[in-house]
Amino acid sequence: MNRTPSQFKILASENVADRRLRRTFQSATSHALGQRAQSVQLVPEWEDLRERAHRIKEEAVENLDFYLEKLEASVIRRGGRVFWARDASEASSYVVDLCRRLQASTVVKSKSMAAEEIGLTDALEAAGVEPVETDLGEFIIQVAGETPSHIIAPALHMTRQQIGSLFHEKFGIPYTDVPAELCAFARQRLRREFLSARLGISGVNFAAADTGTIAIVENEGNARLCTSLPRVHLAIMGLEKVIPRFSDLPLFLRLLARSSTGQRQTSYVSMISGPRREGEWDGPEEFHLVLLDNGRSDILADPRVRRSLYCIRCGACLNTCPIYQRVGGHSYGSVYSGPIGSVLTPLFQGLEVAKDLPFASSLCGSCSNICPVKIDLHHQLLWLREKLVSGRATPWQERLAMSLFAAGMKDPALYRMGSALLRLLLRVSGRTDRPFTVPGWSPTRDFPALAATSFKQWWEDNRQPGEGP
Amino acid sequence: MNVSLFIPCLVDQFFPSVGINLVKILRKAGVSVDYPRAQTCCGQPAFNSGYHEEAIQLARRFLEVFGEAETIVSPSGSCTSMVKVFYPEILQDPDLRRQLREVTGRTYEFSDFLVNVMGIKDLGATFPHRVTYHDACHLFRELGVHRAPRELIRHVRAIELVEMENSDACCGFGGTFSVKFPEISTAMAQDKSAAILKTEAEYVVANDSSCLMQIGGYLSRQGLPIKPLHLADLLGENL
Ligand code: SF4
Repeated sequence: MNRTPSQFKILASENVADRRLRRTFQSATSHALGQRAQSVQLVPEWEDLRERAHRIKEEAVENLDFYLEKLEASVIRRGGRVFWARDASEASSYVVDLCRRLQASTVVKSKSMAAEEIGLTDALEAAGVEPVETDLGEFIIQVAGETPSHIIAPALHMTRQQIGSLFHEKFGIPYTDVPAELCAFARQRLRREFLSARLGISGVNFAAADTGTIAIVENEGNARLCTSLPRVHLAIMGLEKVIPRFSDLPLFLRLLARSSTGQRQTSYVSMISGPRREGEWDGPEEFHLVLLDNGRSDILADPRVRRSLYCIRCGACLNTCPIYQRVGGHSYGSVYSGPIGSVLTPLFQGLEVAKDLPFASSLCGSCSNICPVKIDLHHQLLWLREKLVSGRATPWQERLAMSLFAAGMKDPALYRMGSALLRLLLRVSGRTDRPFTVPGWSPTRDFPALAATSFKQWWEDNRQPGEGP
Repeated sequence: MNVSLFIPCLVDQFFPSVGINLVKILRKAGVSVDYPRAQTCCGQPAFNSGYHEEAIQLARRFLEVFGEAETIVSPSGSCTSMVKVFYPEILQDPDLRRQLREVTGRTYEFSDFLVNVMGIKDLGATFPHRVTYHDACHLFRELGVHRAPRELIRHVRAIELVEMENSDACCGFGGTFSVKFPEISTAMAQDKSAAILKTEAEYVVANDSSCLMQIGGYLSRQGLPIKPLHLADLLGENL
């Protein structure tokens, strides 16, 4: 199932035609939006919180080098190790080498978008290490051989009946589609893995530079187990996950939980500051933090799209996006989907590969409106469109049409002449009242006919004396 | 007060009644109206497609044409937000930016202008029909205008306003998006139409001709009897 962002148009038209899939996405996203709306309503100062979070992220991103070095120092002070990974392969190699040293044949892994981004599980498998996904949604798609279709709910595209059949086929258990029973089965199966794994891998939701604390939020308890049972814990984070201060954390935890699932707080919030220390009787012996760049420095270098680094991966923009709701996460051909995916994927993978994504938006702005850290997502898409145009990545016909358009619109005489000429042509060819046929539009929608008299003409004929000019 | 009309090119060429009715409404509201004839297009089609160079040229023109205007009023939330929200993003020249700040402060979408500037909610129109109102994205989210049009509708005599579900959900137009991704755009129009149908309204009202073109184009292709209606047409035709 190797999808790429360059296939967006094909995948999206296939998926939008799949009525079952569309229903699944529309009901899941509207449920999530409902939950969110209810919980946000209870916070009258919500808009202030968004603004504050935006400012803090701005501070962190504008001074990223400073805060990352501070984070590194704090982690080391607490006995942890820090690895700066320039790209996916550096990050994966570090993890694989660690597995070799630990002689780990299996690793337990909790949910991490950064790990998804670099294809960590594939790298581990290629090195003969079995990565066990312990988040229920991730577990399901791993068993199904799928990729995540939502950054919060990876198996969003599957119905519980499909999951029931999958478990029945793959594990030979009696068919059931009762969520609690499916969950109990996965839980039992995973318990063994937790106890035997030497390495636990987790993501990071926030990393406080001043204390070196990483925070992980979840609802299943699997991340807590991944980070505490195995001998070694490795956490991987995109560079942008750093926040200046531990005291900023409560604000972000509130925004994240309410925006993503509508919870006041997630069931588990783990705060980890380094490995087990002297005198402590549990926790991992080693703690590794991988700081993943993988294109983030380049994003940072462009002030127009820099704000995309504020993202806390809450998934709200996916849920509210009318495009995502109808085409689903897999259409985007990358681990990041929806509006933030349409911004990040071209930046991470290259504009050429993902050149349809910035255009796959009606610019309705509901993403920017819902984003808990106030990223102006649709404006970021507009900047990416501009980057594509100035990089001459759009078809020549379009470029020509646009320069003609601008030339015609810049010159009122030309505009008026064009408008009169068009009407004359229509009259001569006897098509005055017939609507235009517009490629792309007309197969499903009627296009209006040109008005017999333009407003301009009407004004000339009807303006009252004294009304100028 | 003198108002300069800012008529989108789409209205000029395809829906001139919207402009004509706006003139009627403004005269009724007691302001004098002029129409700077050198105006063409605000440049949004170019801007939204990534052609900022071209859009900047048209933004400069807009400032030339409307620079001296006392008040600028447009029957489109979308074109108004192009001027008020997006011009500031693309114009870098400090002189132009200063000029722009002054001009945008005097630029309004027409329902916003009537209700919030003029304090007029009742124009004296009568329309004995059941209508529903679609919140156009740019008007609703870029300009934050959603109360004003409803106030104007509610004060129309004999009218019945029924809210649809998710009135602020996008209709799927999105400029070139509608032809670049016709399947997605149509799917959005389909869901919008379903929400409209549920209200059993005879008319779907909005303040942007482009949304109405999308919704109306889909409704009529489906043979559905609900008619798209610009708020300016609703108010102006029935004074
Ligand atoms: S861009 Fe904003 S809304 Fe979207 S996932 Fe990131 S934080 Fe959430």
